[in-house]
Amino acid sequence: MPEDYGPIVILAVVAVGLSAIAIAAPALFGPKRPTETKLAPYESGKLPIGPARRRFSVQYYLYATLFLLFDVAFLLLFPWAVVFRDLAPKMTGLLIAGIFALTLVAGLVYVWKRGGLEWE
Amino acid sequence: MEISIAPLNLLAIAPQIVVSVTALVVLLVGLFLPEEHRGRIAWPSLAGVLIAAGLLYYLWDRNDLTLSAMLRTDGYSLFLNLIILIAAALAILFSVDYAGRVRLPRTEYYSLLLLSTTGMMLMTAAVNLITLFLALEMLSIALYVLVGLNRAEQRSGEAAIKYLVLGAFSSGFLLYGMALVYGQVGSMALDDVRVHLLSTGSQSPVLLWLGLGLMLIGFGFKVALVPFHMWTPDVYQGAPTSVTAFMSAGTKVAGFAALGRVTLVAFSGLQNVWIWVLAVLAALTMTIGNLAALRQTNLKRMLAYSSIAHAGYVLVGLTAANRTGLDAVFFYLFIYAFMNTGAFAVLIAAHRLGSSPVAGENLDDLAGLAEHRPWLAAAMALLMFSLTGVPPLAGFLGKLYLFSAAVEAGLIWLAILGVLNSVVSAYYYLRVVVTMYMRDKKGAEVVPAPLCPALQLGIAVAAIATVFWGLWPASILNLVTITTRSFFGG
Amino acid sequence: MIPASYYLILSAVLFTIGAVGLLIRRNALVILMSIEMMLNAANLTLVTYSRFLENIDGQVFALLVMAVAAAEVAVGLAIIVSFVRHRDTTDLDEINLLKG
Repeated sequence: MPEDYGPIVILAVVAVGLSAIAIAAPALFGPKRPTETKLAPYESGKLPIGPARRRFSVQYYLYATLFLLFDVAFLLLFPWAVVFRDLAPKMTGLLIAGIFALTLVAGLVYVWKRGGLEWE
Repeated sequence: MEISIAPLNLLAIAPQIVVSVTALVVLLVGLFLPEEHRGRIAWPSLAGVLIAAGLLYYLWDRNDLTLSAMLRTDGYSLFLNLIILIAAALAILFSVDYAGRVRLPRTEYYSLLLLSTTGMMLMTAAVNLITLFLALEMLSIALYVLVGLNRAEQRSGEAAIKYLVLGAFSSGFLLYGMALVYGQVGSMALDDVRVHLLSTGSQSPVLLWLGLGLMLIGFGFKVALVPFHMWTPDVYQGAPTSVTAFMSAGTKVAGFAALGRVTLVAFSGLQNVWIWVLAVLAALTMTIGNLAALRQTNLKRMLAYSSIAHAGYVLVGLTAANRTGLDAVFFYLFIYAFMNTGAFAVLIAAHRLGSSPVAGENLDDLAGLAEHRPWLAAAMALLMFSLTGVPPLAGFLGKLYLFSAAVEAGLIWLAILGVLNSVVSAYYYLRVVVTMYMRDKKGAEVVPAPLCPALQLGIAVAAIATVFWGLWPASILNLVTITTRSFFGG
Repeated sequence: MIPASYYLILSAVLFTIGAVGLLIRRNALVILMSIEMMLNAANLTLVTYSRFLENIDGQVFALLVMAVAAAEVAVGLAIIVSFVRHRDTTDLDEINLLKG
């Protein structure tokens, strides 16, 4: 119900307000003496090397796609695992999931053999 | 609580299992073959398809629900599976030489072809919204890749992007429609939808109507009905020709199978409404398909528009919504699989005879074919006459049955429009014949390239089929009537 | 409890945004995202009905749709990547070889 959200609203207002003050106060009252070092982008204390916008290797895309595929495929085993204790007959349930997993293994063998997992 | 798994009865879907297992085996075996032997993968693929066809014969008079009532193996699915397997077998025969010549990755090619076939076969058997959607996606996703498999040719990739975007768009509509239907009915089974509609009739809530409408749009995209046909010419033109041959027949059969089950079974209670929607779609599809085909000079595009027009003819039979209509649809799809894949196969042969990557695609490439390839030209002429509907070829009988079913259902205007359309279509089909027989080949001299025997066999089978079942249609008609009798429960 | 119609309206809005986005955007990647949005809007409808009808089928379907959508996007990305290698653009207006 809407009134239950009251504390969350208060928390949100406080959080936003405090951070706003923390950002605004130094900007308004702090001294400003910019030097070249201070204006450089912060990279964990190291000197910046090269521009930040770099192209990712296409290899990375292949890994990501493969991960996505296998990840989502195994998602389908989740509901099966949840109800596995109650399945009857159990062996049929195991067999079905086994066939499903074998199909995925076939896919993995294919990817492996075609060199989809090599990082050049 | 105990969740019992229904007995699996895998025998009922043995044909689908055989084809999908063949696809996996072919994929894995192909990996371990050296590149130069990969062409041989065609033969185990063909064997898998033929074994599956044999299983259809074994299963013939079954009527089984299987996999927790997700699929139904009945005459309806078995007969349509036969057509799909014929299209797949012909496509494999056409690919033996072509796939190697245009440098398709053959392991993946045959495997995806078989997976797409599996999807189509499952779709004919699907009696639940879940399996319907999954089967459709299985066939579509495999086809997206197949269309774009010719990586040397930019048009192939372009066609794949177009097909994928519009295909996924239509899947979205279909899925949303299914979700709405599920919400109103409370079940995913087509039979439950039917029972639900029997009780509510035309008083059904508006969301159910919307669901049916969205599903029709989704299927309309897949079988390329006007106004959802825009992707067809581009995709058919850009895809490798053997893939075009396969998808032009296979997806239509699968799409009409699903459309038939959804309209004639699930939504039979709303028949008086969807009949008019389908009749208008059929009229538009025939007319616009034929008119657009008239001005094409690229043969693949011309055949693409012609396949749109033929989808319109088939829809006329479905619109009749009676047994004669379904008989006609089945007979026509059967004949169409031979006619259309055969016509594309002739283009593959013409590609072999030319030297450019697009050889055989333009009308001019066929000029003078009758002189140096008399048999090929004769086969093409037969296929063109059959597509026009010239007696005594099978295409004529098919159209005769479709239009007489429409007359029987009282849709006389639709039948007349269909006949007029056939007359219009004669212009562009006969232009091909005229080009082959009356015009001389210009420019480069004729290359006496031998054609692959498998390709010759495929074209011969297609051409002979149009003659044979035009003269002796009884054998197929008997099968068809047994099938539809069990479907309408008579 | 929040009434079912809220979820249904939300999913209808999401579906429309996805469909319109697919039609008007020209970047191939944005179009793929629009497709995802359409499928997920349908999923939201399925899950909503599943909850309110107390029928599990809708949730099962939604899970399967997620797997299908992943496959579709994987294929879509692969096709687009091979397209980009040829053309160096993800703008679909650059698709213009096939006309008639």
